[in-house]
Amino acid sequence: MAKMILTGNESAAWGARLSKPKVVAAYPITPQTSIIEKIAEFIANGEMDARYIRVESEHSAMAACIAAENTGVRTFTATSAHGLTLMHEMLIWASGARLPIVMSVVNRAMAPPWSVWTDQLDSVAQRDTGWMQIYSENNQEVLDSIIMAYRVGEKHNILLPTMIMEDAFILSHTAEAVDVPEQKLVDDFVGEFEPAFKLDPQDPGGFGSLIMPEGPYMEFRYKMALAMDEARKEIRKVTEEFAEVFGRKYPGLVEEYRTEDADAIMVVMGTIASTAKDVIDALREKGKKVGLARIRYFRPFPYEELREIVKKADMLGIVDRSYTFGYGAALYTETKGALYGHTDKPIKNYVVGLGGRDITPDVLVKIFDNMLKIAKDGVVDREIEWVGLHGDERWS
Amino acid sequence: MSMMEDIRLKVESLLRTERLPHVWCSGCGIGITLNAFLRAVVRANIDPNQLAVVSGIGCTGRAAGYVNVDSFHTTHGRAIPFAVGLKFARPDMHVVVFSGDGDLFAIGGNHFVNAARRNHDILVIAVNNFIYGMTGGQHGPTTPTGAFTTTTPYGNPDRPFNIPHLAISLGAPYAARWTTHHLMQLQNSIYTALHRKGFRVIEVISQCPTVYGRRNSMRDPLTMMEYFKKNSIIKHDATFEEMELTYNGKIVVGVFRDVQGIPTYEERYEDIIRRAKK
Ligand code: SF4
Repeated sequence: MAKMILTGNESAAWGARLSKPKVVAAYPITPQTSIIEKIAEFIANGEMDARYIRVESEHSAMAACIAAENTGVRTFTATSAHGLTLMHEMLIWASGARLPIVMSVVNRAMAPPWSVWTDQLDSVAQRDTGWMQIYSENNQEVLDSIIMAYRVGEKHNILLPTMIMEDAFILSHTAEAVDVPEQKLVDDFVGEFEPAFKLDPQDPGGFGSLIMPEGPYMEFRYKMALAMDEARKEIRKVTEEFAEVFGRKYPGLVEEYRTEDADAIMVVMGTIASTAKDVIDALREKGKKVGLARIRYFRPFPYEELREIVKKADMLGIVDRSYTFGYGAALYTETKGALYGHTDKPIKNYVVGLGGRDITPDVLVKIFDNMLKIAKDGVVDREIEWVGLHGDERWS
Repeated sequence: MSMMEDIRLKVESLLRTERLPHVWCSGCGIGITLNAFLRAVVRANIDPNQLAVVSGIGCTGRAAGYVNVDSFHTTHGRAIPFAVGLKFARPDMHVVVFSGDGDLFAIGGNHFVNAARRNHDILVIAVNNFIYGMTGGQHGPTTPTGAFTTTTPYGNPDRPFNIPHLAISLGAPYAARWTTHHLMQLQNSIYTALHRKGFRVIEVISQCPTVYGRRNSMRDPLTMMEYFKKNSIIKHDATFEEMELTYNGKIVVGVFRDVQGIPTYEERYEDIIRRAKK
């Protein structure tokens, strides 16, 4: 195992390199581009044995990955924001065709107005595409998650694609020490890709044909739903095995931090978790009992874990770095949906950090204080609250 | 006030000076092109309220943010469909697309092809720097065969688009190519095109020393401009075979097509409405 100083994007490129995809098709977009540049370099230098397709848009990038994967080879791509949303049609195709493609996504705000900074709406808006979704907290997790994603996705009872998120700039362009595992270990762990079905002139078949309403369309979708449930179990198993081989233990679908005996637990995705952990340590020293649940997998959604977590505290504060216009942000509504009938404890939604607005420890301290008050009073002051809007006295 | 000073002030009034300095690297050709465009607008005496500028994404795409007229900084590749919508709603206005090669010919390529085919009444100024500049120098649809980019570290195997060739083959009534070295010709060409109708395309070969030149032994802006100067040949009405643009080779420039009287899409549409109402 070699320690290297890598940015989140370099970690993603290394995760891809170690997993040995045979085809990479990609299109540049800030702040993702350095992933595919690094991969282009690996391939050109002969360090990666793959074909690199320089396509003319993200839509084509995913289309090319789909076709390549259909021939029975492993594929990889990366994108961000508008690139990801442009891919939307092809994302649904990839999962519907049961192709375990793996993709890195750098979370960036959607325009207008133009912004290249972090915000999770781009990937949250892909919730219903049938892709598994992992939100990373650090660069090591970016790399390791890619390896695990191939392993989980390619299982024949699963066959679903995965996107692995990293917050723009906070991870994508920030370097830290990352363990780059030995190739041999990854080879053994991920194994050769064995497609369940593929385009094969010796055994011709049709892909994507038309189905009448009385045909098995609904059954195909039901099988996908079952596969997502299978994935939930497989993810827990694979993270255990990963720990045995590589010595790094990931918490399956949800990471808990100091949730024991907590009065209030914050639920988040992405890098906010790191800041929150520091804040929690500081608050605990002052006797404030707070904890954290970091959602690694937003899809499949960890409803079982959350039903256990809610038992440990008097309230949950759901912190979202995106908003779903009309009612509540996605992590909030999903959590509430999962807990309906399982708890009557107060749950509040905090909307933070859109368009890359900085989430400082101070902001989180204020949120925790508000959460603790709700835990004590047993009533939610506001169901959904946008934190730190210009001119808002409550948060200044 | 001297005439020069008068033009300078008028050009300045067409810029959102509060947004300056611009993001472009020093020595970049996009500023030269924008200057030529604005000077042509001043010369043509176009009312700024009757002009809209539409850009896509990329270094050139930032132009929309600097012009002091109604402007759109649209999504990647979609400058032309936005412009088509604008022109349709406000046929009285001059609609100019000012965008880059990566934006117009890769992700937005299909829009270019179909808008040209339909002969929409818009002027497209396509700044061609051979590369995706904004994202740091990846291969694009106009990267010359053999050129070096971050995603073609050993040379580009693709064939690039020949933009005026493409436009003319689709029936565009006005198509020209200049480089940033041909400042007056470029300005004159834009001036003429502003007076024409239909789908008008002006390709501007522009230096990107920062991420293209650097990898292709032309590190500084001057070397790139000298390369344009040395290799350019003016050949108006060049045939398809003559419109060469190669890596390390000839750059054939000029007005390759300028015909008048071809009905625009907007005119044909009005005509149908008129006939239907009879
Ligand atoms: S990167 Fe190239 S095209 Fe972009 S502003 Fe700099 S010189 Fe101009």
